[in-house]
Amino acid sequence: MTSISPPAGAGGAHPEPCRLDSSTVPEPATPQPGAAPSASPSSAVSPTEVDDALVVRGLAKSYDGRRVVAGLDLTARRGAVTAVLGPNGAGKTTTIECCEGLRTPDAGTVRVLGLDPHTDAAALRPRVGVMLQDGGLPTGVRALEMLEHVAHLYADPRDVGELTERLGLASFARTTVRRLSGGQRQRLALAVAIVGRPELVFLDEPSAGMDPQSRRAVWDLVTELRDEGVAIVLTTHLMDEAESLADDVVVVDRGAVIASGTTHDLVTSGAGPDGTRAPDSTLRFEATPGLPPDLVPGLALRESAPGTYVVAGSVDAATVAALTAALAERDVLVHRLTVGRRTLEDVFLDLTGRNLR
Amino acid sequence: MTSHTAGTTDAAPTTAHRGAASPARRVAAQTAFETRMILRNGEQLLVTIFLPLFLLVALDRVHAIELDTGGASRIDFVTPGVLAVAVMSTAFTSQAIATAFDRRNGVLRLMATTPLGRGGLLAGKFLGVLAVEVVQAVVLVAAALLLGWHPHAAGIPLAVLAGLLGTAAFTSLAMLVAGTLRAEGVLAVANLLLVVLIAAGGVLVPPSHLAPGWGHVAALLPSGALGDAMRGALLDGSVPLGAVAVLLGWTVVLGWAARRWFRWQ
Repeated sequence: MTSISPPAGAGGAHPEPCRLDSSTVPEPATPQPGAAPSASPSSAVSPTEVDDALVVRGLAKSYDGRRVVAGLDLTARRGAVTAVLGPNGAGKTTTIECCEGLRTPDAGTVRVLGLDPHTDAAALRPRVGVMLQDGGLPTGVRALEMLEHVAHLYADPRDVGELTERLGLASFARTTVRRLSGGQRQRLALAVAIVGRPELVFLDEPSAGMDPQSRRAVWDLVTELRDEGVAIVLTTHLMDEAESLADDVVVVDRGAVIASGTTHDLVTSGAGPDGTRAPDSTLRFEATPGLPPDLVPGLALRESAPGTYVVAGSVDAATVAALTAALAERDVLVHRLTVGRRTLEDVFLDLTGRNLR
Repeated sequence: MTSHTAGTTDAAPTTAHRGAASPARRVAAQTAFETRMILRNGEQLLVTIFLPLFLLVALDRVHAIELDTGGASRIDFVTPGVLAVAVMSTAFTSQAIATAFDRRNGVLRLMATTPLGRGGLLAGKFLGVLAVEVVQAVVLVAAALLLGWHPHAAGIPLAVLAGLLGTAAFTSLAMLVAGTLRAEGVLAVANLLLVVLIAAGGVLVPPSHLAPGWGHVAALLPSGALGDAMRGALLDGSVPLGAVAVLLGWTVVLGWAARRWFRWQ
C-alpha cells in the first residue's frame, strides 16, 4: 500500500499536515484580522494557532515498542466539526486519549484550548466534554441518574430535562445502563459529554449502533453545538456521518495524517493512491448487472460490483448522452447516475487501501 | 485566549459555562453516588450486610460451634470480630469488585475527564466505603444489642479508630487488586480471600487461638490485626499497639503498591 508522504516525526522539520491541495485549503478561521496565513513549520504552537480549540503537533505514542502514533498533526477550529477518519488501528483513539489527558504522549505537543492536557488538567476538565468509545457508564446506574450525577459536578450545567428530551432519553430514563441498547447508551454518553457546557467535545464514534432516528437527533445536536461556537472532534467509521457533519476532515493511517482539508476539498480534489489526480469526472451508474464492457464504443466500462458501473476517462455531456442512449436501446433503466463527484468513502479507500487490516 | 466566563467576550460560545462545582460538592456528589450503587446492588448487599449479620447470629446462637471466649459472653466475644468482617467486606471485597468493573467498563477513565478528576473519584470511593460501613454498623450493632451485647463503653472511640485503620489497609488492598487484575479475576480473588481470611485470618477467632505456628502469621495479617484491635477495644477498652502498627504498616505498603501498579485502563 502506498501513501502520500507521511508527515515528519516529532523532531522533523515539517509537521504541517500533508494537504491534498494546499491552495484550496483555507487557513483555520481566526478572528484576528491580518493573521499570517502561513504558519512557519515548527513543533511549537505558533501564535496564529492559539485560538484553535485543539492543536496537536508531532504527536508520538508507542505501546511496548509498537508505534501507534507517529508524528501526528491535528488542528480543530472553534465552531467547527473536525472528523478524524482512519481504518481500525490507525491511532485515532490513542490520539484522542492523549488530547483528553488520559494518555501521556511520548513526544510532541498537545494544546487543548491553549492549555496542556496534563499540567492544566484541573482547569481543562470543566471545559472539555468527552464521549468514550466504550461509553464509560457504570452498569448499575439508571440512565437519568447518571446524567444528573454528572450534571452535579458542574457549577452551571445544561438543563437535564431539555437534554433528555433532545436526545430521547425519557423512554429509558429509569432503566439501568446494563439493560440499555447500544444506541441508547451512546445517546446517554453523548448527553453526559455535553451536560457541562464544554467548549470542546471529543466524540469517539458517536453514532455507532444507533438507529437512523437517533443518528439524526445526534447529528442535529452536534450541528447546533457547532453553531454555538463549540469545537467538536469526532472519530468515525461512517463516511456519510463525516460527510454530513464535518467541516474539516483528517484522514489518519498508521499513526500519521495522510490527508486533511475541508470535506468539500477532499471529495472534489480526487487524489489517487499515489497522490496523482484521478480523472476529474468519473461517471458511475447503477443498472441491471451483466452489461458488456463495450456497451458504448470508446468508453471503458467497468462493473465494480454487480449492477454498479464505473466509466473511467474523460466524461462530458456527449458521453452521458451516448451512454443513456445505449442503455435505452437495450431497454435498461438507470437507477442512479453520478458524474464527477466522489464520495468521502471513495477518497478514504483510495487513501488507505482496500485491504482488510 | 478568550475568557470562558459567560458573556464576557463576543468570541466566547453562547453556552459558556461557569466551570466546575466546588470540590466539596463534587466529592459529596460522588460519595452519595458510590454509596447508592453499593447499597442497591444485590450481591454487594449480600456480602456487606447479610454475611456479617448471619455470622453474628450463627456464632452467638449455634452453641454447637465451640468458642473459647476467655470468660466473656458469646455475643461480647463475637461482635468485635463480626464488625471487623464487615469492614473487610466493604473496604476490600465490595470495593475491589466495584472498582474492577468500573475500570473494565471505562468508568474510571470517563469520570477522570469530568471535573471530578481522579483524586475526587478516589475520595468519593473512600467516603462511599465509610458511608456503607456506617449502615453496616447501625444494622450489626442493633442486632448485637438485641442479642445482649455489652460493649466496653470506653473502647467505642478506639473501635471506631481501629475500623478506620482497617478501612485504610483493606481499601488499599482493594485498589491494588482492582487496578492490576482482570475484572473476572478480581471477582474471584476478592470473594475467595474474604472467605479464607474469615476462616483462618484471625478475624473471628483470635490469632492466639489458632494453631501455634499459624497464629503468629495471622497476627501479622491485616485481618488478624483488625480483629485483635476490635476485640481489644470492645472487650477490654484498649487497643494493642502491635495491631495498630501492623494495620499502619499494611496501609503504607499496600497504598504504595496500589499507587505504583494501579492501571486506570
